[in-house]
Amino acid sequence: MNSLAHRAATKNARAPAAEVLRAEGLSKAYGAITVLSDVTLDIRAGEIHAIIGENGAGKSTLMKLLSGHVTPTAGDLLMEGQPLAFADSVEAENAGIVLVHQEILLADDLTVAENIFLGRELRRGFMVDDRAMNRRAAELLARIGSVARPRHRVGDLPLAQRQLVQIARALLDERKVVIFDEPTAVLANDEVAALLDIIRGLREHGVAVLYISHRLDEIQTLADRVTVLRDGRMIGTWPAAELNQRQMAELMVGRELDMLYPNKRAATSEEPLLSVTDLEVDQGAQKASFAVRPGEVLGLGGMIGSGRTELIEGLMGLRSSQAASVVVNGREISHRSVASMMEAGLVYLTEDRKGKGLLLDEKLAPNLTLQALEAVNPATILDRRAELAALRKAVADYDIRVRSLTLEAGKLSGGNQQKLLLAKLMMTDPSVVIIDEPTRGIDIGNKSQIYDFIDAMVRAGKACIVISSEMQELVGLADRVLVMRAGRIVAELSGGEINEGNVVYAATSGAHGSTGEDLHDHSGRTRRDS
Amino acid sequence: MTTAAAPVATAEEKRRIRWADLAPFIALGVIVFIGILINSNFASSANLINVITRSAFITIIAVGATFVISSGGLDLSVGSMMAFVTGIMIMTMNGLAPSYGSWAIVMGAGVALVVGGLCGLFNGLIITVGRIEPFIVTLGTMGIFRAFITFMSDGGSLPIDRSLREAYRPVYFGDFLGIPYPVLITLAVVLLGAFLLYRTKYGRRLTSVGSNAEVARFSGVNVSRVRTLAYVIQGLCVGVAAICYVPRLGAATPTTGQLWELQVITAVVIGGTLLRGGRGRIWGSVAGALILEVIANVMVLSDMVSEYLVAAVQGAIIIIAMLAHRFTSSR
Repeated sequence: MNSLAHRAATKNARAPAAEVLRAEGLSKAYGAITVLSDVTLDIRAGEIHAIIGENGAGKSTLMKLLSGHVTPTAGDLLMEGQPLAFADSVEAENAGIVLVHQEILLADDLTVAENIFLGRELRRGFMVDDRAMNRRAAELLARIGSVARPRHRVGDLPLAQRQLVQIARALLDERKVVIFDEPTAVLANDEVAALLDIIRGLREHGVAVLYISHRLDEIQTLADRVTVLRDGRMIGTWPAAELNQRQMAELMVGRELDMLYPNKRAATSEEPLLSVTDLEVDQGAQKASFAVRPGEVLGLGGMIGSGRTELIEGLMGLRSSQAASVVVNGREISHRSVASMMEAGLVYLTEDRKGKGLLLDEKLAPNLTLQALEAVNPATILDRRAELAALRKAVADYDIRVRSLTLEAGKLSGGNQQKLLLAKLMMTDPSVVIIDEPTRGIDIGNKSQIYDFIDAMVRAGKACIVISSEMQELVGLADRVLVMRAGRIVAELSGGEINEGNVVYAATSGAHGSTGEDLHDHSGRTRRDS
Repeated sequence: MTTAAAPVATAEEKRRIRWADLAPFIALGVIVFIGILINSNFASSANLINVITRSAFITIIAVGATFVISSGGLDLSVGSMMAFVTGIMIMTMNGLAPSYGSWAIVMGAGVALVVGGLCGLFNGLIITVGRIEPFIVTLGTMGIFRAFITFMSDGGSLPIDRSLREAYRPVYFGDFLGIPYPVLITLAVVLLGAFLLYRTKYGRRLTSVGSNAEVARFSGVNVSRVRTLAYVIQGLCVGVAAICYVPRLGAATPTTGQLWELQVITAVVIGGTLLRGGRGRIWGSVAGALILEVIANVMVLSDMVSEYLVAAVQGAIIIIAMLAHRFTSSR
């Protein structure tokens, strides 16, 4: 893509950037709790301005203030020098500021074009002009490199394509400021690259882009300037070229980082804790055989859509699947279900923390003990004292930061939700733990803690399988890596072979591989050929 | 980190008073107060006992409906099911009366429970195994049960055998220490329901299924079994209600229990149970059922509004309750 020299040239070639949006002493408090205090920030036309900070640092609040979703308690917003106050996000959008949400907020049963134009339908007379909308939607989708068709039903699209539809919706009207809230969290690497190109395209058009992400590598290649928030305060703004990733991370946490990843280990026994032979998952994976031994972290890599999650959900009996043999802890498992696997000592932590992991409206204790209900409450009657004791222990052991033990799980930050989820699984005293995207969307402090938890459990003789889209994480954490492509395990890497280059190569090209074509076609995804 | 890592405080385990949870009880109090102002007869113990006794059927069925709705389901068939169970029970009793005498009542009651449970099982299995929307399934069974009772009674009345009337009568009209039996039975059902929902592992699993079925499934909960059981509990409650109902009128007719499903759902929802599942309020459902009955009673006692408008007022109540809920919960 863009060479460094080319980027530098375009950067310099731009005229002295005009300030589009300015925040002066912006603050937001909910009752006595100040979540953002005294932020002063200028955003210029034709720049990509990254906002970084740990979860809870106030990034989301800042974005919501700038896009009119919440109103500030103090401070001013100036748009091209004129003071502004938004009653709601619609007024902000009319002023040319739009927020692309992290969550996908689309109507599944409507088509792509209907979603893009929702609330802004084109009309001919008093009829909705479908043809014109489909045409404009097609142009827009082509511009941002989406393969989705205007008439596709959104619910049938893969997550990444839905994300692009959401972006298309935001870009329908001319915008002066576009705010992206972690747009790449659900995307695979090639999709990320495409999205970053779209964002660079916006910059070339003179749009001011605000960009929030936890992926510091993205920020380094993308951003012109970086603003760091910590604990609701602004730490400062720097040209991106002046910071490396480590410095950014240190500014975010406010201290020097220890090593993020624990030291590697080696299996302590050759006898596997889990061995799977010829697992076939309907519309997901073929002929998958693998084993994991005590004392090792097995990484499972591959692009999103390569069948990693499907493989594991099939293994757990959450999808229809067949296997020649599945042995957990020396026990042959004939009927696979979450319950029977748990009994045998195998548990799975989903990548979808909010949709499949936690009951967001329920309190912490019911969430913690849901899976291990039998173990915590041997009798039919719930033992509330035991549940509370378990919660206290989990909060202490997993450093879950909560104001109160009677909060709802949905009120926790992402990192604390993830720790609660991990604690929930460990309640069942498993010997093999499969964790899908262990640190997606959580900040670096929590990340490092979760790596330590994984390290500790493995050193205690358990085995862990980690699925991750983050190459650094896979490389940093795993003692052995399996790479999947198009529903098949195409490579096994160990020791010195484990590096980002090898994983990406195996995931995208490699020798195997024309088999899974139909898998990809059904999800409307394009794939690279070898 | 969030709020500067305030570690776990201890004082927070004190239960805060949540006004939204108390709302149905406050509303009930207000309506009772209005009743007292309007007509002094309202507060007489005879009238109050009468009102509470008459609310027994809806309350008992509403306990079951609280389970179904908490699990994320819905059962529209309860009114028809009630009529059907009543019909089967009467036929059983009548058939057994010549040979077993009063024991036929006990046997018939047993049959009512079994048939109610089976009706619920039928609903539950079609919903979970057949994977069809509960609304559709129970809309269908509502029609089926209603047709059955019409067929069984030949479009008219299906009365209980004269020989059993005297022995059976006290189940509705009798009392223990001044408390009518239906009220005691209701209390027992409510206590059992509250115990099951709040204190057992089944109740916890049911709530988790209603709150987010995917999370429950990923946590190893047998979602289909939990859901099906909720409909069985509903069916059993209908059976109990039928047992209390028969001695009151002594017959089953094609209009028995008609539109009760609406009253039951109204009672459950104004009691604070979420229609989308995940939060069940047994005692709230009791308050809801009482509210409906007290309003009807107050309207009958006052001459200001025609009692033909009772259903309209009850219908308005559910809307008002939901509006109140909306405005209190969205700060």
